[in-house]
Formats: sequence, C-alpha cells, structure tokens
Amino acid sequence: MYGNLSIVEPLVGVEQEDPEKLAEFEERIARGEKIEPTDWMPREYRRQVLRMVEQHAHSEIIGALPEGTWITRAPGFKRKLALMAKVQDEVGHAQLLYSAAETLGKPREQMVNDLLSGKAKYSNVFNYPALTWADTAIIAWLIDAGAIINQTLNSKGSYGPYARALERICKEEAFHLKYGYDNVVTLASGTKRQRQMLQEALNRWWKPIMHFFGPPDNMSVHSQKLLRWKVKMASNDEMRQMFLDAYVPKIWELGLTIPDPKLRKNPETGKWEYSDPDWDEFWRVINGNGPCNRERLAVRRMADEMGAWVRRALLKPEKQYVAPLF
Amino acid sequence: MKLEPELLPALKDLLYRMADDALILGHRHSEWTGLGPILEEDIAFSSIAQDKLGHAYALYQLLHELGEPEPDRVAFFRDAPEFRCCHLVEYPNGGYDFSLMRHFLFDVAEQWRYYLLEQSRYEPLAQLARKVRGEIKYHVFHATQWVVQLGARGTEESHRRLQQALETAFPLALGIFEPSDYEEVLAHSGIFPGEQVLQQRWLEGIAPILKQATLKMPDLSDVVPAYGGRRGIHTPYLQPLLDEMGEVIRSEPDAEW
Amino acid sequence: MSAPQRATMRSLDPRVTRLQIPEELSEFHPKPPADEWEPYEVFWKEKPGDQPIHVGTVHAPNAEMALVFAKENYCRRGRTYALWVVRTADIYTFGPEDVDIFATTPEKTYREPDAYKVVQKLLRLKRRHHSSQEAHEA
Repeated sequence: MYGNLSIVEPLVGVEQEDPEKLAEFEERIARGEKIEPTDWMPREYRRQVLRMVEQHAHSEIIGALPEGTWITRAPGFKRKLALMAKVQDEVGHAQLLYSAAETLGKPREQMVNDLLSGKAKYSNVFNYPALTWADTAIIAWLIDAGAIINQTLNSKGSYGPYARALERICKEEAFHLKYGYDNVVTLASGTKRQRQMLQEALNRWWKPIMHFFGPPDNMSVHSQKLLRWKVKMASNDEMRQMFLDAYVPKIWELGLTIPDPKLRKNPETGKWEYSDPDWDEFWRVINGNGPCNRERLAVRRMADEMGAWVRRALLKPEKQYVAPLF
Repeated sequence: MKLEPELLPALKDLLYRMADDALILGHRHSEWTGLGPILEEDIAFSSIAQDKLGHAYALYQLLHELGEPEPDRVAFFRDAPEFRCCHLVEYPNGGYDFSLMRHFLFDVAEQWRYYLLEQSRYEPLAQLARKVRGEIKYHVFHATQWVVQLGARGTEESHRRLQQALETAFPLALGIFEPSDYEEVLAHSGIFPGEQVLQQRWLEGIAPILKQATLKMPDLSDVVPAYGGRRGIHTPYLQPLLDEMGEVIRSEPDAEW
Repeated sequence: MSAPQRATMRSLDPRVTRLQIPEELSEFHPKPPADEWEPYEVFWKEKPGDQPIHVGTVHAPNAEMALVFAKENYCRRGRTYALWVVRTADIYTFGPEDVDIFATTPEKTYREPDAYKVVQKLLRLKRRHHSSQEAHEA
C-alpha cells in the first residue's frame, strides 16, 4: 500500500557523471519516456529509486502486520473475507515491489536482510498499534487513501518497473479504500459504542496520518533534482494538502471530530492550516523508537525463521543470481 | 427436488459437518496470512483460506434456506458443543509442516466429497459441488506439489518433518470420516453415499501421492481415529478459537459490523 | 528437568502471541544466497483470442511451484484463460549495448502500408483519363 520517499537524502556524485549521457537521460525523462532497468542511468538515480522502491516493499510486508492483528477476530463473513483479501494484497504488493527493486540489481535476500537486521526503513505508520477493530477501518480508509494519492502520482514516475508495479497496485488499492470507507461508514452509523470506538481510533491515527507524507518541505531541501528526474512526483506538503482537501470534508460529513482544533482551510491561500503534528515524534519513530518497531521486527524475524526450513529444502545454491526482467 | 421432511435432520447434519470444517480450517489457514514461509506462498495459501471461508458461507447459506439462522449467526455465535467439525481442523497451526499436511489430507477428502456430491439428489448441494470443483482442484494441486517436493525432492530435514506431520495428522484426518447416525438415510436417499465410501476413496487418493513423496502411510490398523467432533465433542483448542473469532461481533451482537 | 521458560512477547495480535516470540530480540542471521529462490517470468492470457502478455515475476524453486504461485499471485482477480511461467535465466535477449540493431528499422518504410499513396495516384490517373476522354469527344 504505502510507500513514500518521505525523507530525501542528499544527492551525491551527479557531477561525476558523463555530462553528455546525463543530459540525454534528463531529456528522455523530460519527454516523458520511461527508464528501463538496462538503460544508462546516473548512479544516484539508481540509488534513490532502489531505496524508494525497497522502502515501499518493506512498508507493504510490515503493513500486513497491524491489520493482520484483527484477521482472526473480524466480525462476520463479509469483513473476515475482505480483511484477509486486503492483507493478502499487501503481501502481494511487497512481492511486486521487491521484484521491481530487484531489477536494479539487488537480490531479494539482501533487501530482506536489510529489513530484518533493522537497517532498512519503512513507513512510520506501521509502527503504531491497531488497538481495536475500528483502527483497522481507519487504516483501510485513510492510510490507504494517503497511499493512493502517493502511488497514483508515482505511477507516472520515470522508472518503468516501479511505475508498472504501481499501476497494478493502485487498481487493487481501490478495493481497499472502498472496503475501508464502507467499514467506517458502518461504524459511524452504528451503535453508540461503535461510534465511540471509531472516534477514538481516528484520534489515535490522526498524528500518524499527518506524518504519513513525510516532513514538511522546508525540512527536506534536496528534492528538486528528484522531482526533475521524476523519482518524486510531488512534494510532501503538496500531497498532504491533496489528502486534506479530499478527506477532511468526508470525515466531517460522518459527524467525526478531527483532533486538531487549528485545522481549517484558509480561504485566502486555499491551503489547509494545522497544528504542528509533533515532528520530533516522527523522527523518534523512524529511528526505531515507535510503539511497535521492536515487535514488527521480531515478528518478521520469527516468520522468516519459521519458514527457513521450507526455503532451505528446495534451495539450489549453485544457481547464479539473475535479476527478474519485469 | 421435493425434500421429504424425514431427510431434513440428515441433510442438515451433513451440511453442518462440511460447513464447520471449512470455516475452522479457513480460520486456521488465515493465521498464516502475512507470516508465511515466502511471499509467493503467503499469497497462495491466503487464497486457499479465503476459498474455505467462501465454501463455509455457501453451505451455511444452504442451511439458512433450510430454516437455520443466518450464516453470520451460526458461524460466529455458537459454542464448541454445537459445532460438528472434525478434530483435524481444530488443531493449532504449529509449523508449516503440520499446516501443509493437514491441508493435503483434508483437501484430497474434500475433492472426493464434492465429486460424489455432484451426483447428489439434493440439487442445491450438487450445484455447489460443481461450482467449487475448480477451486478445490487448485487446493489439491497446491498441496500435492508441496508434499511431493518437500517429501521427495527436498532435504532430509524436510522429509523427516513431513513424515512426522503425517503421523500426527493421519489419525486426526480419519476423524473426517466419523460415521453419523444418518449414513443410511443419506445413502438411500441419494444425497450422499456416506463417510465409509469417502474414506475408501480418500485412502486410494492419498496413497500414490504419499508414495511419490516417499512418505510412509501409517498402518490403518495401528491408528485410532480421532472421533467425537461430529457429535460435538471437541479438542480443547476449539472453544478458544471460537471465543477469539467472535470477540468483536459478540461485543455488539445486534449491531451491523 | 525442564529448561527455564523465557519470557515471550504478548501482542495485540493473538496470532503473534501464539508464536511465542522471545521478549528479547533474537540474533539476526543473514539469509544465504538464493534463499528466496530464483525468479520466473509470468505470462497471462485473459481470454481466448488474446495475445499473452507479460505480467510480472514470481520467485520459486522450480517450474511447477512457479505455476502454483503465479496462479494466485497474478490471477486472484478477474478472468484468466491461460498462464505460463518460464525461468528468467532461460530467456534469451539482446543486451542493452545492442539496442542499436533496431535503430534503422523505423526508416524502412517500404514495409509499411502508409508508404504507398495509392489514392492520390489513382485520383491523378482518373483526372488524366477524364480529360483525355473530354479531348477525344471534343
């Protein structure tokens, strides 16, 4: 579901590239051409795309955990089947994205190693707990809504395999969003306890949702080149504004309260204003100190260990590594 | 078909066994979603779990048409003694070895059961059997590939694990065919030829695959089948599973969720 | 005598609690190479009459398993008529340095229908024919 290159690293070594090739590469992108795995690309482009796609893949597989929390307790056939299908899709998205990332020459084992060793980053939202059933409804609706904004933009990005993976992913996310919305509307029109459960879940998730698109633009100064290379398709703040525009009215319509008294659309600028969503917390969580970072990592390690004998049994170690074509 | 009233309890008993098996096994399988041994298999196995729940829903729907409460009501609100599933499906997942072996033993039986039901005189069930044929074929294909590959083409470790899993699961699997009080009624009325017929087909079905997997089938005469499930006597694993499954829906039993 | 019990993780997810994951994070062992098996390319045909198209990749230990995986990885929605898998390593293709062998093909327009402007020629012919006829009649 949810990748976002929320933190942009400084670009290095671009000045060392062959200026002619670099100019041709940038012209191709400006013309709207896609870059394919075997094409010439600046080393920095390769590194940034790989990092982004890989983080996105990690986010999907970790993202299966918070919602998976309620898989055995989903209320009724319809919800149980839909939640299973949704979590399955997230695993499927990880599968697609790891393949897209692999085309850049990094084997899947190495990517998983980076995740399991704690080195790799993934989307912060999945380090928060899904305390109640209503949390899964909020995740499926609003986090997936954020993901769709991000992914629809990025599916127009320059790297072919990532763009193609995202197109497929966006089609599937459409079901997630609809399922999430249906779930939220059902709870909002339900009993007093259901409504309360929903409001509390929204209160818990609002801050992570505001963090979802990454730190404000004035905190990340290196994104111009990435925008030009169509690695990033919009700035963090632009995406956050798009999200607020589309979803705040829908949330209010349900009679829910958004836990930010300062949230309003400034009629003069046309922009949403909001309280500082505590960027210190954002950095704490991304650096490993969120409420669930440790559990998420421990669970992924356990899952990998439990499956090790299965993989080992059919392993053909003499095979030379070949990156997928995609 | 006009259903003779005296057939109703027999038919319902059959449908409850099948539906409860599918529900509980689908639930168990779904516990692997997001935690499977490799991404591709995680996805494949989750589909099988969803199919099982789909079959359970369809069967509860048939029961509903015969006067039983709605599918959500019977699936999420009954307690263990009212369930008619076999012990095989109740056991916790354990490792992937047990999960795969259970899936294999169960689905070969399921494939034969639905095959026999395609000829059922109870047309709604015959229709369902024809409809799910392809899904169950995939389940058996999936299970067979795994069992053969891990048994015969894997490592000493994977062979040992599968043999161990077979020995654990085999007596439980025999519990699938626990005879009911309605065997004769069902057979005579042309609804279902009976559990003994099914068990025979199942044994003939699994034997060549286990042989191909170089696994040794336990001797039938040494094994005590795990009976009881079809009469509401269950393992201690079922009630906690049901409590967990019903936790949310039971918190507001009359609400829409 | 049994070994001392290690504290295990209690999670909001009952599935995770049941895994009995040690409270203390286990040591990290890097995966061996090829642990996630090798890629297979997946081709799919939605309905009879369609061209097969390449839809993606699965990692699998062999072709049979690749097909088992491809079915639910790529066909769990919508229609499918046919599904093929082939080891990525078995696909033979030109290297990126050789793409210039296709460079002049688009110029070879004699293979294209658009290169033949028959209609204009035909009109010209008709006009000529018409005027010569008029001349003849006059």
